[in-house]
Amino acid sequence: MISLSSQRHLSWGRVQRPSHRVVRPSWRDDLATLFRAGFDQKVLPYGLGRSYGDSCLNDGGLLIDTGGLDRLISFDRENGIVRCEAGTSIGRLLEVIVPAGFFIPVTPGTKFVTIGGAVANDVHGKNHHGAGTIGRYVRRFELWRTDGGGPRECSRTENPELFAATIGGLGLTGLLSWVELELERIPSAMIDEEVIKFGSLDEFFALEKESAAQFPFTVAWVDCLGTGEKFGRGVFFRGRWAAEGKKTVHKAPKISLPMELPGLALSTPIMKIFNETFYRRHVEKRRVHTVHYEPFFYPLDAVSGWNLAYGKRGFFQVQFVLPVGGEAGFTEILKLIADSGRGSFLAVLKRFGDLASPGMMSFPMPGINLALDFANNGGAPAFLAELDRRIAAHGGRVYPAKDGVMTPATFQCSFPRWREFAAHVDPSFSSDFWRRVTADGSGA
Amino acid sequence: MNVVVIGASSAMAQEAARCFAATGASFLLVGRDAQKLADVAEDLKARGAKDVRVATADLADVGRAGIVLGAIRGAFDKVDVALVAHGSLGVQQEAEKSYAVAEEILRVNFLSYVALLTELANLFEAQRSGVIAAISSVAGDRGRQSNYVYGAAKAGLTAFLAGMRNRLVKCGVHVVTIKPGFVATPMTAHLPQGPLFVSAAKAGSCIHQAILKKRDVAYVPFFWMFIMMVIKSIPEMVFKKLKL
Repeated sequence: MISLSSQRHLSWGRVQRPSHRVVRPSWRDDLATLFRAGFDQKVLPYGLGRSYGDSCLNDGGLLIDTGGLDRLISFDRENGIVRCEAGTSIGRLLEVIVPAGFFIPVTPGTKFVTIGGAVANDVHGKNHHGAGTIGRYVRRFELWRTDGGGPRECSRTENPELFAATIGGLGLTGLLSWVELELERIPSAMIDEEVIKFGSLDEFFALEKESAAQFPFTVAWVDCLGTGEKFGRGVFFRGRWAAEGKKTVHKAPKISLPMELPGLALSTPIMKIFNETFYRRHVEKRRVHTVHYEPFFYPLDAVSGWNLAYGKRGFFQVQFVLPVGGEAGFTEILKLIADSGRGSFLAVLKRFGDLASPGMMSFPMPGINLALDFANNGGAPAFLAELDRRIAAHGGRVYPAKDGVMTPATFQCSFPRWREFAAHVDPSFSSDFWRRVTADGSGA
Repeated sequence: MNVVVIGASSAMAQEAARCFAATGASFLLVGRDAQKLADVAEDLKARGAKDVRVATADLADVGRAGIVLGAIRGAFDKVDVALVAHGSLGVQQEAEKSYAVAEEILRVNFLSYVALLTELANLFEAQRSGVIAAISSVAGDRGRQSNYVYGAAKAGLTAFLAGMRNRLVKCGVHVVTIKPGFVATPMTAHLPQGPLFVSAAKAGSCIHQAILKKRDVAYVPFFWMFIMMVIKSIPEMVFKKLKL
């Protein structure tokens, strides 16, 4: 087992610069040693650091880096059930399961997340409207806690409260050592994709309605810098697994950003040019083609370390969902963003379905969901605070995996089960996020 | 394909073994810790290995090479690939103070290889086929103040492997000298990770390729060949004053 002090363990947004002590177990056996010895400071599991805000940080405390725990334990190729160590990344899991004709049932927009992290954030993807979150496909897992008694296996029937608290529990209920998942069977590694331009939010809502029943995967890119006539324009992507094709695995990223770019690189004028180009690149109104899963699910994975493009000061991401019927509120918030000119090019729009997650703290709820980046420049935090107020006012909810600014009030009213959850938080576990959203003294 | 991995719990060896497992290889894993070997065995089986056996042995103990050979003979009639990958960096500063520490580094990283490779060479010579690969290091290409004891062990190993390759080529046995540069593994976790570091997964796939393609000397990744060409070409009178 490795133990070191680290300034390298950051979150994806790179705004905070915490200092951690880090242990990196290489074997499941190491966990027994680690938990037997106990902890004299607050602990948090850390996967691949793809959470954007501070939910994967524990400044001044200890991180358990799970990257060394990336082995498979079993893979039932008949029934599509895999059990793997929690530090296994989705990308590395795909290397094994895709050639065997399976895919992860729910995937976020990057494959560089660990399975443990995916469970802890109860991730969703382009198939949320028909498949729900990943928590629905978790059969069992093993959880290490500091309150004694050794590791605990949890499932819907065994330790069900801990099972529910851990799915979407942000790593606060203990350390996952392995997870058993039910996989999705795929006929090929290719996606039949349709790309459709839309000129307004109304067009988007109509497209979305029409597509939900026919396409397992839908998502839209919206030009969040477009004002006036350009307001609400975007590109809609929908797809399904191609019936025929090879089951080839993705390749390693081709491009890698070696260092932080100057702040100018992603300034508003450059973003505007990017958005204009992106919108116009889709020349035809509607295009149908077959693509590999890599560019369909993971377009940003092509550039490793793309977060460095935001420069030294990093960036925030805001992702929120407004409940069903919130179209007017949504239009209002998107206007606020567009008029501010602060948004970035990576704005993703998607309607969530109504399939419930077993997770107590799961983020998705039925409604419209938007995710976008904000460079960390002068007025960003104040603007984000205003955004936070508007989201809360419309009964919305902010995704903890992305958040860096939400107030305790917003958190506590948008996650109504948070007190029930707090009772399951391991007494030795905490995070910068958790301390922030319970800072009014009401929390653990 | 029958693959023997000695030092099977090392990060690079695990990754190389994963590549072989994906093509349905059968394995004998040799290492010190039975639990770790069991974890690796499960992983390889889940990835498609046909069959995985394990044998425990303290690889630093040069007297145990015969036992390892017995396990290999018990597992397979014929071995296609043997990868020898155990090792430990040791602490240079302590080796400078104490011969006992230096000797330990030489024993783990050189003498134990000699013991195992001697047995393997004879086994492979008799079967007249197969590939023997062993992990040396770029550290063996030129002695540097920061790790010359480890470097000396690997320099010895590199020479030993070159000679073995020369001896075995005529009976159809191939020997690969693997020279990794900086690889992010538990062995190097305490070092600051510069841009030259590659993941153990990347290193493992390079090793897999080097074995399949029967390379003689494989730098891992390949760009270390150019770096070491430069390092080796610096005149000693300049080199001795550098901080490397």
